[in-house]
This record gives sequence, C-alpha cells and structure tokens, in this order.
Amino acid sequence: MAAVAALYKEFQALNVEILSISTDSRFVHKIWQAEELSKMVDGGVPYPMLSDGGGKIGSVYGVYDEAAGVDIRGRFIIDPDFVIRAMEVLTPEVGRNPAELLRQVKAFQHVVKTGEVTPSGWEPGDITLTPGPDLVGKVWEVWKP
Amino acid sequence: MSKLKDGCVKPVAGPLIGEETPQPSQEAGIIQEVKKVLAKVGKEAIDFEASAFVAGEGFKPVKLSDYKGKWIVICFYPGDFTYV
Repeated sequence: MAAVAALYKEFQALNVEILSISTDSRFVHKIWQAEELSKMVDGGVPYPMLSDGGGKIGSVYGVYDEAAGVDIRGRFIIDPDFVIRAMEVLTPEVGRNPAELLRQVKAFQHVVKTGEVTPSGWEPGDITLTPGPDLVGKVWEVWKP
Repeated sequence: MSKLKDGCVKPVAGPLIGEETPQPSQEAGIIQEVKKVLAKVGKEAIDFEASAFVAGEGFKPVKLSDYKGKWIVICFYPGDFTYV
C-alpha cells in the first residue's frame, strides 16, 4: 500500500485512480493510516481505502480466501471502457512490485492509443510491433529478448 | 485538521451484479450458495459498492463505476497492519 502511495504522483500523471481494498473495516483503515501509513509516506495513503467485510467483493474477483477470511493479494487494471485488462494474484508471503504495475499501465495505455502491441518487458520508448500478416515470421528482424 | 465526514450511514451494496447474480441452487434439500468468480481479463469489470476511508475526507461509500472513464487499479490485500 505504502509502496504504491509512494508512486502516487506518477499514477496520477497517467490519470490512474487507485483503490485499495481489504476485509478490514473503514475504522481500522483510518487508524492504520494515522498510526503507521502516514509515517511511511508523507501525508499517508492518498487514495480511497475500501472495506470488503465478508469478502463478497473479493469472491467475485477470485481473491477471497475463505479459510483465512481475508482477500489475498490481487491487483487488477481496468481501462476507461471498464474492461479488466490485467490481473495479478499472489499468496500473502510475497509483496508486489509497483514499478511493474506502472509499466503495465503505461503499456496498456500505449496499445489503446496506438493499436500497436508491446513485446515482453516493453518500456516507453522501446520498439513496438504492429500485428498483421507482414509480421508473421519476421518478429526476429525487429525484436529480440 | 478539518472535520472528517461520516458518509457511511447506510449499509453498502457489495458486488453489484444485478440479474447475473448466481441464484442459490437447491440440491437434495440443502440450499447451496453458488459462489462464482466473475472477474476475467478482457471482460467488463464487476461493479461494486464498498464503504471507504478517504484521507482528509472521512468515511464514504465508493462505487467502482464512479471511476468509469478513467484507468483504475484495484489492489486487494490481506489486512491492515501487515506489510504490503
């Protein structure tokens, strides 16, 4: 949460809204913010912290762990047409990489804008591909891992 | 610090899946609730309403569709006061 908050300005620059969500109540969110998050990041977490008491939302998103009664780490990118573009779900032991989230958002924004596709590991400025019959068997000419 | 508002006076709706809501099925006299994962890449996001804490504002209900038209990132995590 704090790691994403630290990159918040970059997400804002890309017109991205962030929502965090756990099974904790809004009251606990407030106190976590006051007691800890505000000490990790200047001003605390700037985005809405949502409560999924009972895990109903997590269930339809496939991240609710019934045995533990919590939503596991799951991250979803939704485009302006309200279509889910990406999801990443991890068991709780390993934290996420916000830099990779930022990279994926940039890549999806690029493909929506241009109709091009981005090869593995693409970063802004790297070569993109234009799919079509002419590209078949020719990717090697323009791109290598 | 300005006074925080409590806009969460009514219960929130949770997932807003309308008519596609899986209906409980009756099997051998036992009512089983069908729990179905509906989120898929390339498909429309499932709208929901949840109560939220927003820094500097207070408590308010938030709907995912409030942000329709923008890029949205939803981050689920196991719990407050854990490292995330």
